[in-house]
Amino acid sequence: MSDTTEKTPRRAFLIKSLVGAAGAAGAAAMPLSAAAQAAAPAMPAATTPAAAPAAAAGAAAGYEWLRPGEQAFVEALVNHLCPADKLSPGGVDMGLNIFFDRSLAGAWGQGDRLYLQGPFAKGTPSQGYQLGMTPAALFRAGTEGFTEYVFSTEGKGFDVLPAEARETLLKDLQAGKIALPNGVPSQPYFAQLLQMFYEGMFADPIYGGNRDKMAWKMIGYPGVNTTNKLNIVKFRNKPYRPQPMGIADLS
Amino acid sequence: MKTMKEVDVVLVGGGWTGGILGKEFSEAGMTVVCLERGGPQSSSEDFTVPRMRDELALGQRHAMMVNTVDNTETIRNDVKQTALPYRRLGSYLMGTGVGGASTHWNGHTWRWDDSELKIRSRYEEKYGRKYIPEDMTIQDWGVTYAELEKYYDKFEKVAGISGKAGNIKGRKVAGGNVYEAPRSSDYPLPPLQPGLAGELFSETAQKMGYHPFPRPTANTSQSYTNPDGAKFGECQYCGHCERFGCEANAKGGAHMTVLPAALKQKTFELRANSWVTRVERDKSGRKATGVTYLNTITGEECFQPAKMVVLCAYGMNNVHLMLASGVGTPYDPVSGKGLIGKNYCYQTGAAAMLFFEDKHFHPYMAAGGMGMLIDDFHANWDFDRTPHGFIGGSIIGTAMYGGRPIQWRPVPAGTPAWGSKWKEETAKWYDQSMNIAASGSVMPNRYNYLDLDPTYRNRFGMPLMRMTFDYKDNERKLSAHAADVINRIATAMNPTHLTRAAGRTNWSSVPYQSTHNTGGTIMGTNPGNSVTNKYGQVWEVDNLFITGASLFPHNSAYNPTGPVAALAYMAADMIKNVYVKNPGKLIDA
Repeated sequence: MSDTTEKTPRRAFLIKSLVGAAGAAGAAAMPLSAAAQAAAPAMPAATTPAAAPAAAAGAAAGYEWLRPGEQAFVEALVNHLCPADKLSPGGVDMGLNIFFDRSLAGAWGQGDRLYLQGPFAKGTPSQGYQLGMTPAALFRAGTEGFTEYVFSTEGKGFDVLPAEARETLLKDLQAGKIALPNGVPSQPYFAQLLQMFYEGMFADPIYGGNRDKMAWKMIGYPGVNTTNKLNIVKFRNKPYRPQPMGIADLS
Repeated sequence: MKTMKEVDVVLVGGGWTGGILGKEFSEAGMTVVCLERGGPQSSSEDFTVPRMRDELALGQRHAMMVNTVDNTETIRNDVKQTALPYRRLGSYLMGTGVGGASTHWNGHTWRWDDSELKIRSRYEEKYGRKYIPEDMTIQDWGVTYAELEKYYDKFEKVAGISGKAGNIKGRKVAGGNVYEAPRSSDYPLPPLQPGLAGELFSETAQKMGYHPFPRPTANTSQSYTNPDGAKFGECQYCGHCERFGCEANAKGGAHMTVLPAALKQKTFELRANSWVTRVERDKSGRKATGVTYLNTITGEECFQPAKMVVLCAYGMNNVHLMLASGVGTPYDPVSGKGLIGKNYCYQTGAAAMLFFEDKHFHPYMAAGGMGMLIDDFHANWDFDRTPHGFIGGSIIGTAMYGGRPIQWRPVPAGTPAWGSKWKEETAKWYDQSMNIAASGSVMPNRYNYLDLDPTYRNRFGMPLMRMTFDYKDNERKLSAHAADVINRIATAMNPTHLTRAAGRTNWSSVPYQSTHNTGGTIMGTNPGNSVTNKYGQVWEVDNLFITGASLFPHNSAYNPTGPVAALAYMAADMIKNVYVKNPGKLIDA
């Protein structure tokens, strides 16, 4: 039996149940002028939601962009930030290393939506990010600098250090106490690592992290389940923990 | 350069005001071309489920917003600094594409009254001339609430606003905003549900003597058909309004109301992917001849001739276009002379987080305009500002719009940022926390302004606009006062943990705050104090009009869309009934 025959009615049902009484989206579909319609196929990337990476939930989790040393570092990092405990498996088992890899390889990592024209100056904290590097370049250079720093101070790599030593190093990075030998400023580098960690935990599983919606289950976020007109009354001040659904469940 | 066929009107921008004018003008038989810099967008193709539930792409990586690689601003806090590019979106998020910000807004819609529109005269009258600081360049707008009332009313019905009136023709209605100016009719739709957070806030605020009411918003509490026949679905509290499009058409937007109505007219053409770079004028400089734009698909430069040009872009883009086209004189903060770029304003605020051991808030059961508020420290003219020493005020209430977990994961102060303890606290409090937040007004200051940056350029080689902005003493006092009110209410609510609100002192471009950037092409009573008259007609180029919040001489605690739309409707009436019959100055001053 082909997949489509099974999936199409299910998908239609799911979408209908989610849109609920609100009416189909097509109700007021806008007829565009001929010129605008002609323009449609070539719409610039700027207005198109970033395409989801190929790694759907459960897809093969090979690395696309991270180099072997970076892989070991990211795996140790995400397992430290998200240790296996009663609430969730460790970061690697949550797919966070794959989230890092795909994000850095993808449009965001390669600098889409980041103005990178010079000249460059340090600026004030309120002027925000002023480095001339894409997120991928900042990750690569920062990780090179951090790896060198850790070897010179600890005599071994971050991935083989005990948890206490890792914790101290990360806190020092965050506080800007570490001067990376290659000159990468440690705070924006660390801020990006931490931001990617949170995104990997809580973004939809199509991006590789939040495997099996485990982080959503942990906090009680229902994901794509969002027809709440009745729930808001029915579950007023009462616990409500539906099985979350993700984008792949509806596609 | 390719020259297009001449039309009666060219509209720059396809959002709320482009849609409103496009509909009004084309229905009156005028030929109209609306140029939108972004791509086409529609609910049925673009705002579909499950795509519209992707927090990473839309909430975090801003898929519906302008790409800074195409265009951005440079920013600095004061004139002594070197402005640097706003390289990555943060503090404010400008949209792009057909429908503009009306596709991805939350929907909050307010009627600004005479305490805003006659700000200088009313403060001078009540507090004395000396109460207004010398470097605070506030002025009356040259328009009154009485003139705008019927246009506010019209827009509320077009956009499907849910709310509860507090003052119908002078009769005060309990449960509505008792401080609002008299309205001729109620909102077209009843208010949204308040949610548990709203209920708890209201209960305490009421006990403390304040007057809570539901936030007026374009999220439709029931299914609805507007006066033009546009169909709205019923809001499902999906928690994906701001930064997202609505698949159910349960959020009023230009793309599903005024633009489709305009497109029914043969004389209206919407041309997407058309990035306007200049307003062109004749040799005298006093007549606009049309606009130059870039077809971003072919790369071709085009000239669109028109008898009349109306700037309908996002406020800051209107200012950018005026500066880039050399219309008027750029403002100079040293001499105080020049008007383009003057009175740029933003908003301030403060927020507290409350944690309750025994409550379940379900923060994801939400709508963009959900919440209960008090206006006791803003529209309430009897609120005596003297002990606090500021002008303006704050609206204060719950602001929980979606609980999307990359952005919303409150934990009590002192919680580590990662590790098992962080997970434990995140899991525990996600469903058991709520906020109280203030939105505060910002008054213009001599040293806050917009001009062209000397160094940086956009993708098309145009100089970026430079923003020089910081909160001044007035805003610091106002924000500290809001924080104090919030903390008093929050404490009275007796939460298990409270992260107290703190006043904002300086503006940072990094954390998201508000996309209510106002001023830069201000309206007023004469060419000496303003770029345009109350109809948005540019004093020195009388076939060039401006709509949008760039007309505002100062910024309120309220969101700007109400007066943006009302002023556009008023201008449309004047243009189609008076101006086209006898083109020229609508006001002699």
